[in-house]
Amino acid sequence: MTAPMTPPETGAPRKRSLVLPITAVVVLVGAFGWLIWGGLDKNVVFFLTPNELLAKGTGGMNVPVRLGGQVKPGTVKWDDKTLDLRFDVVDTNGTGMIHVKSKGAPPQMFRDGMGVVVEGRFGADSLFQSSQLMVKHSNEYRAPKAGEKPQEMYKSLMKGSGQ
Amino acid sequence: MTRLLAVDALWFGLIVCAIGGIIAPIGIGRGKQRDAWIAVAQGAVYANFALITVAAGAMMWALARHDFSISYVAQVGSRATPMFYTVISLWGALEGSILFWAWVLALYSVGVVWLNRKRPGLLVPYASAALLAIALFFHVLLVGPANPFHLVSPVPLDGPGPNPLLQNHILMAVHPPLLYLGYVGMSVPFAFAVGAVLSGEITNADWMRLTRRWTLTAWAFLSAAIIAGMWWSYEVLGWGGYWAWDPVENASFIPWLTATAYLHSVMVQERRDMLRLWNLNLVVGTFVLTILGTFLTRSGIISSVHAFTQGTIGYYFLAFIAIVLVGALAMVAGNSDKLRAPGKLDAALSRETVFLLNNLLLTVFMFTVLIGTLFPLVAEAVRGVKVSVGEPFYNRMTLPVMVALLFLMGVGPALPWKRGNMDDLKRKMLPGLIVAAMVATIVVGVGAKSVYAVLAFSFVGFAGTMNVMEFVIGARARVSAHAERFGTALLRLVAGNRRRYGGYIAHMGIFVAATGIAASSTFRSEGEATLKPGQSMVVGKTTARLKDVWGREEKQRSVIGATVELVRDGAVYASLTPRMNFYPTSQQPIPTPDVRSTPFGDTYMNLMSFQQDGSSATIKVILEPLVPWIWMGGGIIVLGALVSAWPVRKLA
Repeated sequence: MTAPMTPPETGAPRKRSLVLPITAVVVLVGAFGWLIWGGLDKNVVFFLTPNELLAKGTGGMNVPVRLGGQVKPGTVKWDDKTLDLRFDVVDTNGTGMIHVKSKGAPPQMFRDGMGVVVEGRFGADSLFQSSQLMVKHSNEYRAPKAGEKPQEMYKSLMKGSGQ
Repeated sequence: MTRLLAVDALWFGLIVCAIGGIIAPIGIGRGKQRDAWIAVAQGAVYANFALITVAAGAMMWALARHDFSISYVAQVGSRATPMFYTVISLWGALEGSILFWAWVLALYSVGVVWLNRKRPGLLVPYASAALLAIALFFHVLLVGPANPFHLVSPVPLDGPGPNPLLQNHILMAVHPPLLYLGYVGMSVPFAFAVGAVLSGEITNADWMRLTRRWTLTAWAFLSAAIIAGMWWSYEVLGWGGYWAWDPVENASFIPWLTATAYLHSVMVQERRDMLRLWNLNLVVGTFVLTILGTFLTRSGIISSVHAFTQGTIGYYFLAFIAIVLVGALAMVAGNSDKLRAPGKLDAALSRETVFLLNNLLLTVFMFTVLIGTLFPLVAEAVRGVKVSVGEPFYNRMTLPVMVALLFLMGVGPALPWKRGNMDDLKRKMLPGLIVAAMVATIVVGVGAKSVYAVLAFSFVGFAGTMNVMEFVIGARARVSAHAERFGTALLRLVAGNRRRYGGYIAHMGIFVAATGIAASSTFRSEGEATLKPGQSMVVGKTTARLKDVWGREEKQRSVIGATVELVRDGAVYASLTPRMNFYPTSQQPIPTPDVRSTPFGDTYMNLMSFQQDGSSATIKVILEPLVPWIWMGGGIIVLGALVSAWPVRKLA
């Protein structure tokens, strides 16, 4: 079947000019690259620690940032009526404090000293407005420590429930 | 015992794949005793399937028996986990998922050899060898860095169980197998491409017909898998969304885009004998993108629920990708003369032009998502900064492409092959354009503000009308020609022209899903409140009243739940129980939202936090119109693909 499938050569000129197609490809790829670059430039979210964010000065203000650090012990304030959550985030070594303001309930096991990732913007008023709050947790398994068992933590709710 | 059997099976499989995948094709190529070498390659496919089935079966057996002396079982097994989730943990972590991958590949290979056993020529023998060569790579992983059968000593009494997120929902049994069937299935078209080049059948149109059907099958699985993954994310992750442009979601979506492009451009090759080289590139590219996707999700280079552990396995994948790319490049370059397509575009106004535009857009789409996915890796490697590329980038870059594709889906069916006529086109498109204008007016009237949302609704209206009209026009012609009833005519129309109308059915699925996506993202409303039992909150027109907060011990987890009633005119019409599941191996509770679905939309409820004495709970309520349409659209897409791929029995 192979041979008859080959079409007969027509009298058309064998070499077409490549200028037009190459120009078209260059223009298209260039335009696409320019768009992508512009899109990335404006929409990339930097992953920073509190110290790195502070070091950026005004350059780190009012741009989307993912702030990763620890919840500074004793700073969590949660108002369950207005759903306002406020806490401070520090580097793992405890330096570089950023005040964070968030809306909505904190994750259930949100507590002092735990790792968090806060997505949002650092305002000129030195307050980090969070749009999303994630608790850093690894996929690695480990046995729960004493006092961490939910059964112990929520004993009162478990009362009267069956197996 | 189980362990030794499985390890032996894997090693034998490795040898079988090496013989069938490397030595046999050399033998076939040299021509001496060619038939014997063909028999070797094809026999190796069956032998490998038997061996890998033994290994995978042994793993499921070990999981079911809680044989913690086997490393993988010790890693994901637990006596407390229900048997169902224990057995499907086969694909719940790295090593098992590679084993499952190899099994699916072996299954496909057997399908290829068996279904083409009567086909003469060297295409299928070479393709079998190519499939075995790919299988060889996975065998190397299985006896090397991803060996799930290491001996654990001393034998633990119990294990931690699967990742809590992966044992919290039934879709865990559905999404991964579908994804593997889709992903691994893209190896078959690639193998056919290798076979076509090596056997010299590359200029023969038949291999493309063969390849198209296999691609369509894999594409149907991949489409279903992506939708099922969205559904899983929606039901499990508790944020009320189904797509976040997460690198792992992108990894499944990128090859889907190139496969979709191929399914369209292959028609141009069959009809007009154009785009030979381009189609070969799409086939090869799709396969490479599936391997790249596996690398991204399995090497631990991005952290997510899919990325299991870090290890050396990433280097193996990079090496494999490099080999495939170099091989493919040599393959394409060495055959560029044969691949020069004789067909030419006759007129700018023709169906092939629409297909070319469709391919251009899908390619741009693919590169956009690919660049967005890889950019954080490059930025960290080159500039040492950690960045993420989020939704704003993807929305800005891909929404225009998406609405343009929706529009083209209406234009394509209205245009004939070769040369169209502007007047005909205008006449044919008029009803669609009227519907589009009406839809746009309604949507703006209801309060949609985003330009893309209005365009999406309106183009769905346009293209939907155009595709429905294809069915109506065709069926009407049959009614007048054969004096059939309209329903009969419609069925016979589709049955007699499965490829074409199957394609239109798949289009309809896209429109249904697109409507669901556009509606749920445009008209979403949500509210969050801390309630005491008996208190209510109002979101939109929905009133939700907290009944109580309760706790329950289950065998493998503890559950805290809230019972929330939906109230209208003082009467309760539905009750939802959003929960938090606490697994002993996870520091964090696993949110378990509850969803009330109606054809018009969902009430999505999540328990955000609760007082430990049960005196109050914070509840989030999200109203999302038309979400079930997305899942329904997925079903229609798969139906269309099945109609299109179903073999036509030739009448004598």
